[in-house]
Amino acid sequence: MSPQPQAAVGAPLTRVDGRLKVTGKATYAAEHDIEGVVHAVIVDSTIGRGRITGIDTRAALAQPGVIKVISHLNAPRLVYRGNPESIDPPGNKQLRIFQDDKVLFHGQPVAVVVATTLETAQHAASLVKVRYDATKSSTDMASAPAGEPVNYARGDADKAFASAAVRLDVTYQQPRAHHNAMEPHATIARWDGDKLTLWDKTQWPVGTQKDVAAQFGIPNDSVRIIAPFVGGGFGSAIRAWPHIATAAIAARETGRPVKLVLSRKQMYFGTGYRPAYEYRVRLGSDRRGRVSAMVQHLKSETSTYENFTEGVLHAGQMVYNAPNVRQDYRTVPLDVNTPVWMRGPGFATAAFAVESAMDELAHKLGIDPIELRLRNEPEEDPSNGLPFSTRRLRECLATGAREFGWSRRNPKPRSTRDGDWLIGTGMAIGIMDVPRMPAQARVRLDADGTALVEAATSDMGPGTYTSQAQVAADALGLTMRNVTFRLGDSTMPPTPPHGGSMTMAMVGSAVQDGCDTVRKQAIKLAVEDERSPLYGADAGNVVVRGGRLHVKDNPARGETYGQLLTRNNRTHLEVLGSYTPGETRFSMYSYSVTFAEVAVDARLGLVRVRRMLGVYDAGRIISPKLADSQALGGQVGGIGAALLEHTVTDHRDGRIVNADLANYMVPVNADIPDLRAIFLDGGDDRKADPIGVKGLGEVVHIGVAPAIANAVFHATGRRVRELPITVEALL
Amino acid sequence: MYPFTFTKVSDTAEALNAGHRGGRYIAGGTTLVDLMRETVERPETLVDISALPLRGVTVTERGGLRIGALVRMAEAAAHAKVRTTYPVISEALELSASAQLRNMATIGGNIMQRTRCTYFRDVTAGCNKREPGSGCAARDGFNRTHAILGTSDACVATHPSDVAVAFAALQATVHVVGPDGARSIPFADFLLRPGSTPEREQALQKGELITAVEIPAFPRPLKSGYLKVRDRQSYEFALTSAAVALHVRGGVIREAKVAAGGVGTVPWKLPAVEKHLIGERPSQALWAEAAKHAADGARPLEHNRFKVELLKRTVERQLRIVGGTK
Repeated sequence: MSPQPQAAVGAPLTRVDGRLKVTGKATYAAEHDIEGVVHAVIVDSTIGRGRITGIDTRAALAQPGVIKVISHLNAPRLVYRGNPESIDPPGNKQLRIFQDDKVLFHGQPVAVVVATTLETAQHAASLVKVRYDATKSSTDMASAPAGEPVNYARGDADKAFASAAVRLDVTYQQPRAHHNAMEPHATIARWDGDKLTLWDKTQWPVGTQKDVAAQFGIPNDSVRIIAPFVGGGFGSAIRAWPHIATAAIAARETGRPVKLVLSRKQMYFGTGYRPAYEYRVRLGSDRRGRVSAMVQHLKSETSTYENFTEGVLHAGQMVYNAPNVRQDYRTVPLDVNTPVWMRGPGFATAAFAVESAMDELAHKLGIDPIELRLRNEPEEDPSNGLPFSTRRLRECLATGAREFGWSRRNPKPRSTRDGDWLIGTGMAIGIMDVPRMPAQARVRLDADGTALVEAATSDMGPGTYTSQAQVAADALGLTMRNVTFRLGDSTMPPTPPHGGSMTMAMVGSAVQDGCDTVRKQAIKLAVEDERSPLYGADAGNVVVRGGRLHVKDNPARGETYGQLLTRNNRTHLEVLGSYTPGETRFSMYSYSVTFAEVAVDARLGLVRVRRMLGVYDAGRIISPKLADSQALGGQVGGIGAALLEHTVTDHRDGRIVNADLANYMVPVNADIPDLRAIFLDGGDDRKADPIGVKGLGEVVHIGVAPAIANAVFHATGRRVRELPITVEALL
Repeated sequence: MYPFTFTKVSDTAEALNAGHRGGRYIAGGTTLVDLMRETVERPETLVDISALPLRGVTVTERGGLRIGALVRMAEAAAHAKVRTTYPVISEALELSASAQLRNMATIGGNIMQRTRCTYFRDVTAGCNKREPGSGCAARDGFNRTHAILGTSDACVATHPSDVAVAFAALQATVHVVGPDGARSIPFADFLLRPGSTPEREQALQKGELITAVEIPAFPRPLKSGYLKVRDRQSYEFALTSAAVALHVRGGVIREAKVAAGGVGTVPWKLPAVEKHLIGERPSQALWAEAAKHAADGARPLEHNRFKVELLKRTVERQLRIVGGTK
């Protein structure tokens, strides 16, 4: 525990880069002004599977300003040596861009046009005529064969289910969903000799660096990634998608810096998505609601060339203390591009199935849904017997019930009406694991009393610039104004992917480590310096406030960093801070409970959310204002998942039918009602990591959709087991 | 986007001249530019008509209302005379698009807008409207938002406009001018059902220019309103919609004007519903009985069957909202 006073951490600060963003001065990937840049536009396949039999580029090349058209016919052979540190699905089987004539899915890049202007490149791309030998594509998970399952079992779930007094057997369907961040995926590639610089939209600069280096077969340090701002990611920018290599190929083949921006439409097949799932749940319980058996069968889509899986099994194993659990999880290879993690990956999907099923069971038993959860709350992690680092679900439930007014709820479905509207309330639990990975951060304290902290992480929106500076400011004893945090450059110290709710905890722990070390070095310098007022003081009793070192109980005895360093002829102190997770003996998760009130038009079937409350056990909250924004954003995403979002594939040829924001529905302002977030006080979880943070970005989204679905059931008496819940299910 | 030339004209004669030579008129551009970017539209010449004097909203001699073709959607919706006389028009406009689009888009452009069928807007898909003879990918594809009324084997796309539904209900007239002079087209004849020529969408001759939309006078008081049913609360086209105008005197419905949107290949006038209302006294039972006929003749597709029932309920609801529950 740091002896330093906490002035910045816990303060509801406004984001330090807010002004840059609202004045348009934050440079996103496509906005870097690179001299001599030319423009690339990808040509997408218009068949769902088959071979390219010919490419006619004459009309495209005849356009004034067109520099080159690159396809498998003339592209360089890349190395694809594989990157053992990659977070891609195992096997180094990523889509190999322009390496052969095979088309594996509708929309696959088959050529790229490079021209002096964007407009010319776009027009020329539309003039490239590709001939195909098309074969029937398979994109429907319902009819395609599944692979071998991943299995989990404890006890004898099938036997326990068969003998249970109360049984539930239901199947939930969840659609494919796309991240749809505001900023399009974009890359500017420039070769300087054999060195490649990429200005890229990425949630993981060092990951993209190593992936691209492996694709081109060049040393890691020959690739530099620059990504100071990311306009939303939700997981979509965590992998090096094919357009990045495409831009680098185009730059190398033309000898010019190349800018490549995916269109909104191209992001529906040029980057990943949350895969569609079918999730069957069988619950067995006694009449008092003690769950004895949970049998679960999961099926999700993946591509033919990569087997994408995610953490969809945890929730069904450890949220409830059922003695008998069995799970099998299969993927279905389809002629589609590969899925990827999307906010609350796996966990959000599992929450809809498990939390809807628990709500169904509660109704069947005539037990309040909160009470049913309490009756099945474990004391230790039932999946592995480990103690919880912290698990405050009971507090979340109690706080939420009180603040939401749960006790006023009439448990009978379809019992509350307001004019044409049926009113209902529902709740659901969310969990997200606390993954831990090593991180580093460089800390430099200058003699002018300012500090620069750097790490190769990212800020896709949560406010990394601000929250990391808050940690640094307190550990160094500086005001926020005198601390600058920089990120988004692969030459900076490496960090984990900016995803999985890891950045605050992992990078923050490294930042704190580096800042603590710098502060201690300065204190040591002072107490050993005869000219210092602190000479001879007990180092452990010296603190720093506002850049001034002083004896804790005697503020008059001290001096500033500036005075100390200048007198000692030191221009700066510099340290590489690090965080390395050790073995853990704990089960570590963030927890949430979401409450929702909905109105359903009794005749027209429209569902409108009226209010929501989320209560969070996410560990320590470093930056309350940012955390609040994070939570509201997660709730908004949950409204989308529950009621609107659905990527539609035309199974005749594998095309995405609604590949734009007019037809892929996300909530608009008018859909967003009164949203509220409560973070449990005193949440430090030092068993998780040194700064006591468990992670927030995902858990605020997980459980929102089932809370809404449960509220729709309560309003109408009708259980909808397929997302999104639209008019046709409720007429 | 295909290359094109852009000319600005300052008077109607100049516009007609350019239009006659094959130029495409552009005003707000909120539909046309999108479609050009998707290469659905590939005009060689754009003729900017923004400077033409077609901006006024005026009361006609017969007491109707004449809305200039270049009046912005936002202006028309906010116009005092429109608001007080024909709330159904204001409401239809305000439930359309977004504030930004309503500030750009014009009344003339609004009724000229093209379908939102995603196969029409995807140039790699078959579409008889975009490319006659190439087939209709929507008929056996994903057709949740498509039409159930007025469809043909060639096309099942809806007309997307909201205000056109109000115009259809109120039996507006479209005033146009062309090389051979001015003429007027009843709204019911202005937008064309697809039949075997879905590429032909309006009864305009080459180079003709819309100058105004005229709403006839009705006996007062005329109560009217527009209901739009959609997945989200704003910024989406209608799954179903209903424009209703009623004149009730002595407790009896004397005039009933009803049309539906989101369901037809053109805004869908509902004469069978109107006929049930005329001469009757407003009641909940009447609304329900009349609305039963709202989907007469519907031919639903795989994913839009729900629209048949939803349309009836939408019309019933809006009859009640406008006509009261007495």
